[in-house]
Formats: sequence, C-alpha cells, structure tokens
Amino acid sequence: MEVVKTGYLEQLLRGLPTSPTGSRGWLHALRADALERANALAVPTTRDEDWRFTDLSPLYRTAFQRAETPGNASAADVSAWTLPEAGSRLVFLDGQFVAALSDIRSEAGLTVRPLGAVVTEADALLPEHLGRYVDYSAEPFAALNTAWLQDGALIALARNHVAAKPVHLLFVSTRAEVVSYPRVLMVAQPGSDCTLIEDFVSLHEGAYLTNAVAEVVVAPNARVRHVRLQREGKAAFHISTCGVRVERDGCYQTVAVALGARISRYNLNVAQAGEGAQCHIDGLALIDGRQLADTHSFLDHACPDGSSRQMHKCIVGGAAHAVFSGKILVRPGAQRTNSSQESRNLLLTDKAHVDTKPQLEIFADDVKCAHGAAIGQLDPEHVFYLKSRGLSEATARDLLTFAFATEIVARIPVPSLVKRLEEAVVRQTRGRQN
Amino acid sequence: MTGKTILEVRNLMATVAGVEILKGLDLTIRAGEVHAIMGPNGSGKSTFAKVLAGHPAYTVTGGEVLFEGKNLFELAPEERARAGLFLGFQYPIEVPGVTSAAFLRLAHNTVQGARGKDEMDPLEFDDYVQDKLKLLDIDPVLLERSVNDGFSGGEKKRNEILQMAILEPKLAILDEADSGLDIDALRIVANGVNQLRRPDNAVLLVTHYQRLLNYIVPDYVHVMDAGRIIKTGGKELALELESRGYDWVSDEYKSKAAA
Repeated sequence: MEVVKTGYLEQLLRGLPTSPTGSRGWLHALRADALERANALAVPTTRDEDWRFTDLSPLYRTAFQRAETPGNASAADVSAWTLPEAGSRLVFLDGQFVAALSDIRSEAGLTVRPLGAVVTEADALLPEHLGRYVDYSAEPFAALNTAWLQDGALIALARNHVAAKPVHLLFVSTRAEVVSYPRVLMVAQPGSDCTLIEDFVSLHEGAYLTNAVAEVVVAPNARVRHVRLQREGKAAFHISTCGVRVERDGCYQTVAVALGARISRYNLNVAQAGEGAQCHIDGLALIDGRQLADTHSFLDHACPDGSSRQMHKCIVGGAAHAVFSGKILVRPGAQRTNSSQESRNLLLTDKAHVDTKPQLEIFADDVKCAHGAAIGQLDPEHVFYLKSRGLSEATARDLLTFAFATEIVARIPVPSLVKRLEEAVVRQTRGRQN
Repeated sequence: MTGKTILEVRNLMATVAGVEILKGLDLTIRAGEVHAIMGPNGSGKSTFAKVLAGHPAYTVTGGEVLFEGKNLFELAPEERARAGLFLGFQYPIEVPGVTSAAFLRLAHNTVQGARGKDEMDPLEFDDYVQDKLKLLDIDPVLLERSVNDGFSGGEKKRNEILQMAILEPKLAILDEADSGLDIDALRIVANGVNQLRRPDNAVLLVTHYQRLLNYIVPDYVHVMDAGRIIKTGGKELALELESRGYDWVSDEYKSKAAA
C-alpha cells in the first residue's frame, strides 16, 4: 500500500525541474523544502482522520501531468465567465497565466500581477509572505503545490488603499489528464480594502486535477472579501488550501461555493493573530449525481476580543456526498471571543449523504461560543404552506431549495455572480426532478 | 339560507399518528355566510382546518367533504387552493430568500391562472396589489422582504389576509386569525376580512376566543368538543361561551345523548 501511495506522489513530482530557472535563492529554498516534505509524506487515505470521509482512490488511479504550455482558448471561450463588476482580471489556462485573455488595469495602491513574472524580481513581499500561511509540512497537496510553484497571482494593496473594483482570478481547465498548481498571494496592508474572486471553471468534461493554494494576509484594520467559486467540470478533482492571517481589527469575509468536480476538498485555515479580528465565513456545497464535496475549516482565535461567524450549508441530491469539518479553537489568551458556527444540510434524496463535524475547543473562560449542526429534508410544513397557496409539489420544493441556498449566495458582494449562482441553483434543482 | 352550498361536511373522521381526532363532524356552509368554530384546546378545531386544506400529517378515516359539490379528498392541496379553498395559517411559515412580491405573484398566477385569468408580470402585479396593501395597512416595503421572514406576529397575520385578498377564495378558513394580535392589528385584520366578503364566497373562522367575533360577526357559531360539533347557534352563542365557558355545552350534549 505504501508503495502505491509513494508511487502516486512520485508520478506527480515527475518532471519537476530541480533548480527552477531564474528564480531567487529564497524561492529555490522554499521549493526544495516543499519537495522534501512532499517526498516524506504519503498521500492521504480514509485511514487518516482528516480524510476519513473522503476517499481519494479514484484520483490515485490517474496519473496527471503538468501542462508544458497553456491550452488553447479564445476570448469568446472565457467570455461567459467574465464579470462586469470586476476591475482587473487574470485568466489562467491549465494553471498558466495567459496575458492575451487577461485585463490588468493599473490602479495606484493596488498591485495585481501574475506570480510567474514576479518571482524572478527582487520584490520583498514574496519572500516575506509566500509559504508562511499554509503549512505544507503536514499536507502533501499543499507541499506539491509549493514544490511546483511557478504561476498564479499576486495581489497587494498599499496602506489605506480601498480597491475600486473586485479582482477576478479565472482558472480555466482546457483539457483532460492535466494537473495545475495555481498559487495566490494576497497581501492587504493596514487599512486597505479589497474584494478577491477566485473562480475555477472548465471548458471540457474530462478528468483533471486542480491543486490550488491561496494565502491571504489581512493587516491591521484592513478588510478582505474573498469569494471562491469552485465550478470545475463534473469529472474533475479539485484540492485546495487557503491560509489566512487576520491581524488586529482586521476583517476577513469569505463565501466559498462548491458546485463542480467529482471530488473536491477545500481546506480553509484562518488565524486571528491580532486583537479584535473579525471573520465571516460562509460556505455552500450544491452537488448531485456521485459528486463529493468536502470542506475542512480551522479557525484559530489566538487573541482577545475576536469575533467570528460561520455558516456552512450543503444541498445534496442524487447519491452525492458532502463533508464538513469545522474546528474552532479559542486559545487561552483569547478572552471575550464571540464565535458562532452553524452547519446546515439539506438532503434531497434518500441516497444523498452528509457527514458533518463541527468542533469547538475552548481554552479561555470569558467567551461566547455557539455551534450547531442540522441535517434534514425539506420541512413538510413548509412544502404544505406553499402548496396551500396553489404551488405544485415540484415548484414548492424548488422554491424552498432555492431559499436555502440563497441565504449564502446573497452574501456574495458581486451582484452578477449572485444572479448567475441563483440561476445555477434553479437549474440544478430542476435537473434533479427529470 | 339562500346561497348555494360551498362546503358540505358529513360525518368526517380523521386521525393523526393513529390517534382519532375528528369523530364524526357535520357542517354545511353556504355562499355569503360567516361561520365560527369555537371550542376548548384539543377539541379538534385546527385539525379540521388542516384536513380541509389537505395537510399530509392527517388521515381521513371516514365521512365525506363536498366542495361545490365535488369530492374534496380527490384533490391535492394545491388543487384545492386552485379550486378556491384558502387556509390562513395560525403560524405562517417563513421562507427566507424568496421575496414576498415574487411569492405572491407566483401564487396569484398559479391560482388565478387555473381559473382562466391572465398571468401578471411583475409590473402589472405591483399595480394590482397596491389597493390590497392599503386595505390591510401593509407597508409596500414588506413586499421586497422575504416571505414572513422577520415579520412581526401582526405582520404575518396581515400577510395571510393579503394572500386571501390576492387569491380570492370561495371559502377562506382562518385558523386563529386573531392570536397574538393587539386590538389595533385585530381591527385591521377583521376589517380586511369584512371587505373581502361577497355574496358568492364564505368565511370559516376557527377561534378560541370570542374577541375576534366582535369584529367579524358570524352568522353561525359552532361549538366543537372531542372531534364533533356539539352545538350550533347564532352570534349570541359566542358571548354566552365567553361568560359561561364550554363545560355547560358539553354537559348539555352528554345529557341529550344519554336521553
């Protein structure tokens, strides 16, 4: 078994240049360290507690290779995913930045650049932050991403700069049998404010792997809104990790939506590293067929007077399987922490399945914390109320499913995205009845 | 006694979770009439209302109900609504994420559309609903909010009557339409119901207290006990129940049954 596991990682590491050309010493050291970790780690199986409910063996049956060149896609191919509200847009095909499809707008105080161009420059931001907020020493996929670190995006906000428009990162898969390793670093300096949209889409229905890592630093009094939309192809594998550090009185608000992929896993680790830090974490998985969507979040209240609110919802149809594990840690010094976490799950069929595990670990004595989990079907009283107003059973169920999803979707601060997602919810609920 | 019969209930029996709640209920409602069903808690009043509307938790085990001459139990709940039966809920359901305006328009188009009326687009519906909002003193802003979400108890009850106004039922069954209302809200709800009365429709009030009947004056008051209607009278019966309670009616019924 060990041989097989090691073999898979070896396959993924095949072709990795041992000494990335043109890179700085620090990057070389970071990648070499990550490579060493990746070699020392085994890929997870359901015997690992953190992967108990998510069986990756279908992934291990396919050897994906990193694309040497980005695939072919025209502006028309990606136009369906552009957002009218966005300012700068970076488009990546199979993980590689494509300038011709991107639209980088210059704005004083806001740096938006492809990572591939920046890593060779003497910019102090990268060595200071890259690899600091995601622990690749224990997580093989984060280690792989770091070992392969070549392309992605850097978003940097200067002190007190409020970005005029959201930054849109569009990751497009153009072909099957390919793995991509996008990497995102966002650094919001004190008092700054920005919305970041990460969007994962596909032009085909073949199997591929996205192994993404994002790191976000929210400096004192800064605010970052982070929208994450995973709408990969239905045969795709998507494994990603996001590490966030929120400093004094900083605010991190995120909405992560998972619609696509055969198997997806999102690890969100947020450290509240300063007094009065705030987090709003919302998640929605809307899946059916034989899809699996897994979200693992870890929220670390390390300082006093922090607050956090988390709502994770899953709508599960077909024989799909949703997993949520949400851990909240309140460290001994984190007095007057105010934290709430809720996991709410809607099963649309008898074969749909949810595993949910909210966990609170509190080591401070003056805190206000609440958490809860609920799994159920549509409330028959609600269905009856709508039917008593003349609505058919199907319409009533559609409306209630939509209502369940929209509480999360409506929190996305991008109206066109809200509208599109609402349409996607309607499509998916309709599709289920046929 | 001139209106045509809208509802005819004969020896109705129903159970919930295997427990017999309705034990042979008879009632006839004609067009133009207001009926009130009163009775102590647990007498089966709300069960009767829900059975008529087709709530899935209740099983009809005997008797029959004719709605405009047709067997009501052959119709699904939504078909009953389209046929002109309306239940105003004691506890209206909140539907977060769906605006009241969208929901009301959908209900209107479904129910009125089934009767051959044209469907309305959002603008037409907006015009249509304005008068009805005024009738019930409802702030139009409420239409932009989610259905009943964060509404006060009074707002929810008024919203139920608004739905009645929009769906124009032949028979409106109002389950505890006054519970939780202060006197001003009660007057508004009652006034709304009175304005919606027509010679060709009827109202069935299910209520625990006589108070509502000062404002919506019934033609008939029925006392329900242990799953049956045990006494029927005029509006003065409600006042008598208010002052004397229900026990004497129950005793009278028992002694009659024994005789």
